[in-house]
Amino acid sequence: MEHRIPRNLIRFSTAWIVAALVAGGLLASQAASAQEFITVASTTSTEQSGLFKHLLPEAKRATGIEVRVVALGTGQALDMARRGDADVVFVHDRVAEEKFLAEGFGVKRFDVMYNDFVIVGPKSDPAGIRGKNVIRSLEKIADNKAPFVSRADKSGTHAAELRFWKDAGIEPRGAWYRETGSGMGPTLNTAAGMGAYALTDRGTWISFANRGDLVVLCEGDKRLFNQYGVMLVNPAKHPHVKREAGQKFIDWLISPEGQRAIAEYRIDGQQVFFPDYWAGK
Amino acid sequence: MAERLFPVDARDVTVRVGGHEALRGANLHLDGRGRIVILGANGAGKSVLLRVLHGLMAPTAGAITWAGSERRPNQQAMVFQRPVMLRRTAIANIEYAMAVNGTGHSEAELRAREAIEHVGLANVAQRQARALSGGEQQRIALARAWALRPRLLYLDEPTASLDPTAAAEVERIVGRIYAAGTAVVMTTHNLGLARRFADEIVFLHEGRIVERTPADRFFREPASNEARWFLQGELPWNTASPAI
Amino acid sequence: MSDILASFVAAARLVTGGDPNLWSVVSLSLEVSLAAAVLACLIGLPLGTWVGVRDFPGRRAVIVSLNALLGLPSVVVGLIVYLMLSRAGPLGSLGILFTPTAIVIAQTLLVLPIVAAMSRQFAEDAWQEYREQLLSLGVTPTRAVPTLLLDLRYSLLTVVLLGFGRAASEVGAVMIVGGNIDGVTRVMTTAIALETSKGDLPLALGLGIVLIVVVLALNAAAFAVREWSLARHG
Repeated sequence: MEHRIPRNLIRFSTAWIVAALVAGGLLASQAASAQEFITVASTTSTEQSGLFKHLLPEAKRATGIEVRVVALGTGQALDMARRGDADVVFVHDRVAEEKFLAEGFGVKRFDVMYNDFVIVGPKSDPAGIRGKNVIRSLEKIADNKAPFVSRADKSGTHAAELRFWKDAGIEPRGAWYRETGSGMGPTLNTAAGMGAYALTDRGTWISFANRGDLVVLCEGDKRLFNQYGVMLVNPAKHPHVKREAGQKFIDWLISPEGQRAIAEYRIDGQQVFFPDYWAGK
Repeated sequence: MAERLFPVDARDVTVRVGGHEALRGANLHLDGRGRIVILGANGAGKSVLLRVLHGLMAPTAGAITWAGSERRPNQQAMVFQRPVMLRRTAIANIEYAMAVNGTGHSEAELRAREAIEHVGLANVAQRQARALSGGEQQRIALARAWALRPRLLYLDEPTASLDPTAAAEVERIVGRIYAAGTAVVMTTHNLGLARRFADEIVFLHEGRIVERTPADRFFREPASNEARWFLQGELPWNTASPAI
Repeated sequence: MSDILASFVAAARLVTGGDPNLWSVVSLSLEVSLAAAVLACLIGLPLGTWVGVRDFPGRRAVIVSLNALLGLPSVVVGLIVYLMLSRAGPLGSLGILFTPTAIVIAQTLLVLPIVAAMSRQFAEDAWQEYREQLLSLGVTPTRAVPTLLLDLRYSLLTVVLLGFGRAASEVGAVMIVGGNIDGVTRVMTTAIALETSKGDLPLALGLGIVLIVVVLALNAAAFAVREWSLARHG
């Protein structure tokens, strides 16, 4: 029927092809990455404390490697690594990390740094939990059925919280125990909004800007100590893992330079993370 | 690859539209000679018949063939009561019609220019077609149909939406198209136009073709009662029979 | 009230401060959203128009499905794309998870139903007007698709802008497939989400204001182009 392609159709198709090329070009400009990079699965609390913004430029200078951090809860970070979507994991839940290793997904675990947890709550402290004993504070919260916001998201913080309840012999249940299933920041937002208690890591707390009338009420208990560990994802399970670059990054983290960089990180003049790879060596 | 168009043959065609029989048992044979005008009251089925002949509407029952084939051939064009223009210039609308029918670009340009001059609108060729007046758009529609060099041109109430001057101009143009060798089948309400233009009248009443008569005889002495009532203006606006 | 005021101040400071971080985040947002909108339209506009004018067996089912896809939660799309692009998934070896390409893919999938459903509606409505004339000229419904796309260009421009807006405002799916990596896949919306989690609400709102202004500027530009074109061609 149509012997020759009508000119308008040609013009029209050309416009379409040009648009496709533009879209393709935009995509391509993103895809090309000459820079060597690794993917590190870490936690939201570490990201939100701002540590990586301080640490990664130094790591790049020292090793030449671009480190891309995907921040999730500890549980999600380890799951992501199990799927092979990360080269290195850097989280803070010793029990979950050992399990990860035992399953064969990690090569070796190194202590990197620690910080601590604190319990925050309204300045008026209606349940009277102020003190240095985390178990006693939690007991008072449960007895008073004071509102408590939990992350409930398989994160390192959540795992620690559950361990404390277990040690106190309490099963937290009821209208006063609110599970948000969200990260540390949103959980604190919720606690501030409700005037409730919450368990948080100090790093997130120091850099958290929306405190409302929340203050630190329980701190200093040795049990509140929060250890961070780093592992290379096992290339035996996932051959595409960037073993050399990943190991280089880990080596830098535990080197004296890396440890110093961690110690130098300050928020409002306070040191947030305490390097401890060399402690006890 | 000129397909054969004539005879256009409608046999026992019935068309149901929305649960109502708009056309019933229509039999019509067109051999391409003469100017045919289809008359009838509103709702008599004129537009439906035209669309069936043109291949725009499929019969619910019965058959329509062109030169014995059920495949609708290309050498026919239609002008509707309200012209539909694309959002382009007047001349681009004419070129479009030829482009989609496989005409090469330079030839299409040439024929479009010719056609738009034939309808006297060369001065508005570069204006947006939709910005033209109703009468001008209808003339562009005619130019578009003409440029296709159809062997048969259908017109569905071509002057119904136009003022008398525009209507007269359209009538003149259709006359020229016929003179150039295209067969014409037109529906209209306009009895004056029908009288001036038609060689044959096909009269429809309530979906049936009631008579087909040479035009001068039809207007003097129609064969059917319904036609007589229609001409006397006694057929009501819808197609119910008049009370006697 | 003071928070809202603080956020306008934060927004102003962001823009005038010429923070290079801000501009790289803004430009990345624009690039991925534009690419997604263009891709979605390349596929969705002809597809939607074709469904609007052509009758075929199963047409009604297709239309119902298209309309249903409009209600697909974006987080679900994000999850599906993640599972496809994950190393554990079928397309893992492409290695495009946590890159802007993954974001474009997720956004395109989100915008495509919108573009297809809307262009279908426009085309179907227009077809009522054009159908008889075009068929009379020998134009089949399929051949009519480019004609309609050209003739409806102003209405379809609205659809393109709508698609772009939808892409630019997506958070959940972008977070999942992009990972919100600083300097690589952090776009305006995920940056806002991050600042909100950190409790820095004025900054989050400030970023939001910047985003809104950018999208507004784009729409104003599109409007101006349309006005100019109408004035020129009448």
